[in-house]
Amino acid sequence: MSINLQALSAQLLVGLINGSFYALLSLGLAVIFGMLNIINFAHGALYMMGAFVAYFLLNLAGIGYWPALFLAPIIVGIFGMILERTMLQWIANLDHLYGLLLTFGLALIIQGVFQNYFGSSGLPYAIPDALKGGVNLGFMFLPIYRGWVVIFSLIVCIATWFLIERTRLGAYLRAATENPTLVRAFGINVPLMITLTYGLGVGLAALAGVLSAPINQVRPLMGADLIIVVFAVVVIGGMGSIMGSVITGFALGIVEGLTKYFYPEASNTVVFVLMVLVLLVKPSGLTGRTT
Amino acid sequence: MSHVIARLLLGTAIAVTTVSAAAAQDKNVKIGVLTDLSGIYADLAGPGSTLAAQMAVEDSGLKAKGWTIDVISGDHQHKPDIGANLARQWFDREKMDMITDVPNSGVALAVNNVVKEKNGVYINSGGGTSDLTNAQCTPNTIHWTYDTYDLAYGTGTALTKAGGDSWFFLTADYAFGSALERDTTNALTAAGGKVTGSVKHPLNTSDFSSFLLQAQSSGAKVIGLANAGGDTSTTIKQAAEFGISKGQKLAALLLFITDVKSIGLDLAQGLSFTETFYWDLNDGTRAFSKRYAERSKGSAPPTMVQAGVYSGTLHYLKALEAMGGNPHDGAKVVAKMKEMPTDDPLFGKGSIQPNGRKIHPSYLFEVKKPSESKAPWDYYKLVATIPADQAFTPLDKSTCSLLKK
Repeated sequence: MSINLQALSAQLLVGLINGSFYALLSLGLAVIFGMLNIINFAHGALYMMGAFVAYFLLNLAGIGYWPALFLAPIIVGIFGMILERTMLQWIANLDHLYGLLLTFGLALIIQGVFQNYFGSSGLPYAIPDALKGGVNLGFMFLPIYRGWVVIFSLIVCIATWFLIERTRLGAYLRAATENPTLVRAFGINVPLMITLTYGLGVGLAALAGVLSAPINQVRPLMGADLIIVVFAVVVIGGMGSIMGSVITGFALGIVEGLTKYFYPEASNTVVFVLMVLVLLVKPSGLTGRTT
Repeated sequence: MSHVIARLLLGTAIAVTTVSAAAAQDKNVKIGVLTDLSGIYADLAGPGSTLAAQMAVEDSGLKAKGWTIDVISGDHQHKPDIGANLARQWFDREKMDMITDVPNSGVALAVNNVVKEKNGVYINSGGGTSDLTNAQCTPNTIHWTYDTYDLAYGTGTALTKAGGDSWFFLTADYAFGSALERDTTNALTAAGGKVTGSVKHPLNTSDFSSFLLQAQSSGAKVIGLANAGGDTSTTIKQAAEFGISKGQKLAALLLFITDVKSIGLDLAQGLSFTETFYWDLNDGTRAFSKRYAERSKGSAPPTMVQAGVYSGTLHYLKALEAMGGNPHDGAKVVAKMKEMPTDDPLFGKGSIQPNGRKIHPSYLFEVKKPSESKAPWDYYKLVATIPADQAFTPLDKSTCSLLKK
């Protein structure tokens, strides 16, 4: 196969766009796993809820894309915090498996409820007027909206990393994960911090949902289709590593883009092949901590 | 001793007569709607197909005549092994007589073999592959609603003749996609077009941008979408984003009304495609759709697939009634169904060919502009009607072994 440079760069860029979603979602997962030790299988369902909340805001309350970008993560984040308070906190000290099963069950219930009311074929959500159209980059026609997705998610990822790794609040959080009793002795409300962190992780998922609403269909199964890939991304990047999951998210988007160019039939599997390879060579993931 | 033998013989004779009498009067029927209840085709088939089958049972009037007819449904999850196993289980444990719907051609073909092995009746409405009435035809199968030949002939020929003489295919990577690409290629080559390339994508893909870019750079005049359901609507939506609709024409080779709704008229307007049923075709379809929408989820009118389930089930029950009872012999019932002309308000008058292909007119539609749409679900404009005898594979070209004498 002859390599067409133009087509190849276009595929790389498209890969980067998909990578933004992987990065945002795996970032949320990493935050939740790193701070709460919960493997949050409900992440895909919460991502889907983000898109649906944006849809409801528009169609029921006339609230457009821009406010939804902030409102939807907050609304879904609050929903997540209720889940954490009422269910997840009781199993915090048990084996990971319990959290995984509980969140997996929650995901099935949430998806089932949405599917019951909205069917499976998806609802339309238009691209905001300001981001309509596209620019011709020479090698491809880049829809402005997709460019926006890449830039915006990069900013969000870096901001989250900064919040957790470089601020005092982040330091408390990390300390609370290491030794909750000691941190509590300093007068810090650890359970509240944990709840807020879960809310933050969930909010990131919902944000990704709002971002994807104009590109993909707003449909109940949108998260279920994506979450497995995102978990593979997290495993490859290393569970709980913030920067690792962001970088892996973008990188795997690009790898997938390349596969779609060279051997499209394998584009759904390539991430898992990589996951197997990484697990064989470095079981804790590329940037993971060994436990 | 001879006494004993005589008694035994007499006993057997009585038993035999009772059994055959019972067979003639057996009025128990079990219908299984094997469909996609939870995946991307659940709206175009799914629970709506079960409703359609139930309505056919009610409309047949057989219950008032003392028949017991049960309709159950099952989810094949788009996996041929799950679909085939469920079908097998239905025949073995539930004494199933007829299986209908079965969207997803991969599953449809797997179930096709099971039904033949168990001598049941198979009325496929949701599956597309024309193989069901060609290489894979069986004496137990009727392919009811549409097939890849019909879609390809309608849309492929029309667009090629309208000047779209070079095509690039975006094809779903399973039995349906390849059958549709093959049949469309044949149709457009016959009409003087050519294929410049194609790319296969996995079923249920959420991002088509890579594939669309390849289609865009191919320079073909028409991009043929050999996929279905959620895949088609996502492709169309994303094609608009990449500005494809300006230079090249999209051909949605299979488009359902539920897809049009989820794409939205803004983006879907102007698409031309082929279907064999639309709720707003005539008084008959409107009356049925009204009754259907009163009971369907979200008051949706029936899709082509759901309409086919109704029509197929109704004809099946008519055949049983004409036979005076259920012989529980699939091949026999199907033979009777082929003998009888079909007639219902949804597809009009039609017939079933010896290879199992149900034929009726097919329609070339165009999606309306938002300004032309006056009511919810008012989406299609009729462009052309393809008569029943032209819409499907001509019998002399069918490779079905049942046709060889």
